[in-house]
Amino acid sequence: MSSDLNPKVPQAMDLAALRAKLAQENGKRFWQSLEELSETKEYREFLENEFPHDPAKDEPGMNRRDVLKLAAASAALAGLSACTKLPTQRIVPYVKAPEEIVAGKPLFYATSMPLAGVAAGLLVESHMGRPTKIEGNPEHPGSLGGTDVFAQAATLGMYDPDRSQTVVLEGRISSWAAFLTAMGNEKAAMSADGSGLRILTDTVTSPTLAAQTSAILKNLPAAKWHQYEPCGRDNSREGARLAFGKPVNTVYRMDQADVIVSLDADFVSCGPGHVRYAREFASRRVIEGKNANLNRLYVIESMPSSTGAVADHRKPLRAGDIEAFTRELAAAAGVAGANSAAASSKVPSEWTRAVAKDLAAHRGASLVIAGEEQPPAVHALAHAMNAALGNVGKTVYYTDPLEANPVNEMESLRELVTDINAGKVDLLFMLGGNNPVYDAPVDFDFGPALLKVKTRVHSGLYYDETAELCHWHVPAAHFLESWGDSRAFDGTVGVIQPLIQPLYDGHTAHEVVGVLAGDAGKSGHDIVQDYWKSVRPERDKAFAAFWERSLHDGVMAGTALPAISVALRGDIAQQVQNTPGEQLQIAFRPDPTIFDGRFANNGWLQELPKPNTKLTWDNAAMLSPATAQHLGFVDGDYVKLQLAGHETKAGVVIVPGHADNGVTLHLGYGRRRAGSVGTGPGFNANFIRTSNAPSIATGLKIEKTGDRYYFAVTQHQYVIDQDGHQVEKEGVEAARRDLIRIATLEEFQKDPNFAKDQREESSKGLTLYPGFKSEGYAWGLAVDLNKCVGCNACVVACQAENNIPVVGKEQVMKGRAMHWIRVDTYFRGGIDNPETYYEPVLCMHCENAPCEVVCPVGATVHSPEGLNEMVYNRCVGTRYCSNNCPYKVRRFNFLLYSDYTTPSLYGVRNPNVTVRSRGVMEKCTYCVQRINAAKITSEVENREVRDGEIVTACQGACPAEAILFGNINDPNSRVAKWKAQSRNYHLLDDLNTRPRTTYLARVLNPNPEIQG
Amino acid sequence: MQIFHHSTNTISRVSIYGAVFILALLGGVLYAIELSPIYTRVNEAREQPVPFSHKHHAGELGIDCRYCHTSVEKSSFAGLPPTQTCMTCHSQIWTNAPMLEPVRASYRDDKSIAWTRVNALPDFVYFDHSIHVSKGIGCTTCHGQVAEMPLTWKANTLYMEWCLDCHRAPEKYVREKSKVFDPGYVTPSNQLELGAKLVKEYKIHSLTNCSTCHR
Repeated sequence: MSSDLNPKVPQAMDLAALRAKLAQENGKRFWQSLEELSETKEYREFLENEFPHDPAKDEPGMNRRDVLKLAAASAALAGLSACTKLPTQRIVPYVKAPEEIVAGKPLFYATSMPLAGVAAGLLVESHMGRPTKIEGNPEHPGSLGGTDVFAQAATLGMYDPDRSQTVVLEGRISSWAAFLTAMGNEKAAMSADGSGLRILTDTVTSPTLAAQTSAILKNLPAAKWHQYEPCGRDNSREGARLAFGKPVNTVYRMDQADVIVSLDADFVSCGPGHVRYAREFASRRVIEGKNANLNRLYVIESMPSSTGAVADHRKPLRAGDIEAFTRELAAAAGVAGANSAAASSKVPSEWTRAVAKDLAAHRGASLVIAGEEQPPAVHALAHAMNAALGNVGKTVYYTDPLEANPVNEMESLRELVTDINAGKVDLLFMLGGNNPVYDAPVDFDFGPALLKVKTRVHSGLYYDETAELCHWHVPAAHFLESWGDSRAFDGTVGVIQPLIQPLYDGHTAHEVVGVLAGDAGKSGHDIVQDYWKSVRPERDKAFAAFWERSLHDGVMAGTALPAISVALRGDIAQQVQNTPGEQLQIAFRPDPTIFDGRFANNGWLQELPKPNTKLTWDNAAMLSPATAQHLGFVDGDYVKLQLAGHETKAGVVIVPGHADNGVTLHLGYGRRRAGSVGTGPGFNANFIRTSNAPSIATGLKIEKTGDRYYFAVTQHQYVIDQDGHQVEKEGVEAARRDLIRIATLEEFQKDPNFAKDQREESSKGLTLYPGFKSEGYAWGLAVDLNKCVGCNACVVACQAENNIPVVGKEQVMKGRAMHWIRVDTYFRGGIDNPETYYEPVLCMHCENAPCEVVCPVGATVHSPEGLNEMVYNRCVGTRYCSNNCPYKVRRFNFLLYSDYTTPSLYGVRNPNVTVRSRGVMEKCTYCVQRINAAKITSEVENREVRDGEIVTACQGACPAEAILFGNINDPNSRVAKWKAQSRNYHLLDDLNTRPRTTYLARVLNPNPEIQG
Repeated sequence: MQIFHHSTNTISRVSIYGAVFILALLGGVLYAIELSPIYTRVNEAREQPVPFSHKHHAGELGIDCRYCHTSVEKSSFAGLPPTQTCMTCHSQIWTNAPMLEPVRASYRDDKSIAWTRVNALPDFVYFDHSIHVSKGIGCTTCHGQVAEMPLTWKANTLYMEWCLDCHRAPEKYVREKSKVFDPGYVTPSNQLELGAKLVKEYKIHSLTNCSTCHR
């Protein structure tokens, strides 16, 4: 790491001064980071220089003269190519062509991606049998066409060269056949009732796998089936047990709710149905003309989340104090006996009363959602509030659980560990990518316990921490290689069908467990199909038709679980209340990018800036500015975290808006054996996570080690200069360009044109450039900031579609991440609870593009349809274009970032997009490959391109439908209508770049009774 | 005293000016080579695992181009026939010809024939057959008189300069849609007149912006 990456230890920021500064600005200023507010040197560098780190320093010993010499030599050598011949290439056709494949045309297949047992419906693009890109499945209730970051990154996960590739027996290469034989022997040697056999799976909603497992347990009644998920849903299951006496599945109808209260629930980016919920939530933030039927969202949360950012009112509250608040709110909302004097949440009672009043005013159209990490009592009280508010059957309904066998997973794992320690387990199967050696709570001491089992069998995508302690390891088939089934958030069964033969010797959980179920050697397809044959009423031809239909749609029609009526128990409010006390508290959360660690080896997800913090490649001990000040910490302090006798270390990141007196630590990092990407980054939260307090724990001790840790945070990179160059001349207020424009609903209705800037309007005609005329198509894109939930799906979708490379942590720190679209995050107001605004920024495709006029070689030029094109072959890497781009959307390949040598990664690339080499500039193309494909299709069919026919990758992935692309020359196109709205504005309009990418200003719907 | 003779002045002048000319000449020669068949392999009949003759199949027998190149109207890629296509006829005729043994072996062993590619574009160029044939650009316009090639060769350089020649003035090459697949098509004497008419009729845009082919 070069020395300029290790800046001096920052002075503890003078937070009091920052607060005073912000107060002086009347809370009107938008800011992006604490570095910006304190004007650190590093921030100024990133603001003023497009490339703050001098690339010349990267390769010491190379001076300008050497470069020129090399350039001359290579030019001379280039001439020699004429002395050879064009190389001979081979072209290899099929022997028998598959019927449906037309070479050069992609096919789309429906499948489902299970995550923590809940399926997301997908359509997967396949090029000649090679899955390359994932889209949402519009027919699937959990998707409706949208996706999330995990689904978007799944293709890279499948092609990951670090996946385990062969059956392993005690560290040596073995085979599937040998495994089948060995398991046959094990089974024969087993006692007749199967005592000694244990199966550990992740959360199972697959009807087939459940049937297989029950069949095993029927034959071997003394065997046991355990389920464990490090980021499972124990709290909501137990909450339902508390409220109704039995576990149920809760389904929300977000679009029916006028008022929503989230109790630490990040429902737009996490948990069952989040993609669907983001869509439904955004559908109630639509404004057309002056009409708006906006919902109102209150969020009470400890760690700033995407849901908190899109809230109309947000209160930071320590995770453990939310129960007290819930009781106060429940009491105010009319749940009898909810409140007790045991603890107070410190939320002003006027605030709570105002929220309760708003809820009551929208009886039957309000909704209270409890977050998964909150204790069961909060879930139960949320159920009670929804019942008291008459919401059940309207904005929320209940079904039977999605899980075939709903158990308390923590207790299930505890029982397994107890049995192992008692010497009762002889044969243990671990399926579904389970990795308990890494992610089981520390007090279970799972690793040493595991070694007591006589025969240990592990099946997973990677030879991981658990696999290395097992006798047998069977590579799991990735879901894109598998036959299977899985339930969506509402119970609808989604079909999992393979896009490709397993790349390695992969086998599905069905096949592995089939060894015990008497299905040994049976293919995954037959196991799944035979199960459905046995339960469906259709026979023969009718079944074949049903099966075909299900494969085509990706869902089995009519399998959604019906709503059930549940009776609320009377004594909910009397449950024992947790009293967290005033000690420092820690909350464990699934990571927003790598989840529980299962995606740790996925470079796209590792490099994805996490919402709000913009942290990449790491997790961190995240705490509020006030707590950091109190403890004397600055960003990057390397600290020791001690909890209940356990200890881990982590770097500190200060997060504006985090609740005071609490620390948030994401799970999934600190992997010891994840692969070449995932091994190493971050800190292992599982070292201090115990089974009694897996999500919230009080009594954390935190102290400095004296060392420093360097994070790759992109928050203050690519900052657009919002103060403009005129600051010194005219003063801050005059020159400030509002990159984010917002109004309350009331203000909007008074002045629908609030987003237009009069100064800018008047300067429209002033230009020295010839007017840009666009006949035929004129491509344009609009982003509705009222709908964007900042989930990042667009960023990964763009990466997958456009072959964007991963650069690694060190390069990210230098400001060289290659993403073509980024979600800028702006804050407004004080640093303790700022309002948060998201703004996806991609190439603006300016009509007066500043980048084009400075390119000495014509490598970036304008198309007649208004695209700002990038011609890689012409680019010589002067970087003038990037230097002249006020939006900072251009990315330069400082090094050879694209992997040219790993064969399995060739497969993940989009064949319609050039893989860029070193020394070339690149940027968003509006997915020109998709534009051209649609134009060619339309021309062949002798018609115009239809509105909506071209969907850019970012637009296709967006769960909230916040991005819209189309022909702005057609006044009837949807995008033209969006742009005709009064909320439409340009970024940096004063530069008269005339961007084709525009934004629809955000309109908030705050409760007039609440100040701030 | 003079170390160098007077003539040194002339020699040095000549060699300095000469060097410019020699370098220019060298550059010119290299450029000429790059445009010539020596480098481009234009007109070089390429050896194939099976000496397939377009002259026989397309010319003498009159088999339509699309019988083998099935996706030319639908896709960017014209399509290379699978072994099965060869076997539709050759399971009936010439069943014992030794020349066809690799074809039979391929079908028997389910192993593809690795043909030598004749027409190839660099990876950063995205060409689409379907749009060209649907706008009245004939096969022979780019691929030459295929029906007269015993072994197939490349008829044109496929350089960008060559592409742009047509993209800038499509009327020079466009033909009636009904004659796109005619292997014996002869350019009419009134091509420019006919071409101008067809350009209008087929709504041919002369697309010369970079992203048409590069992306």
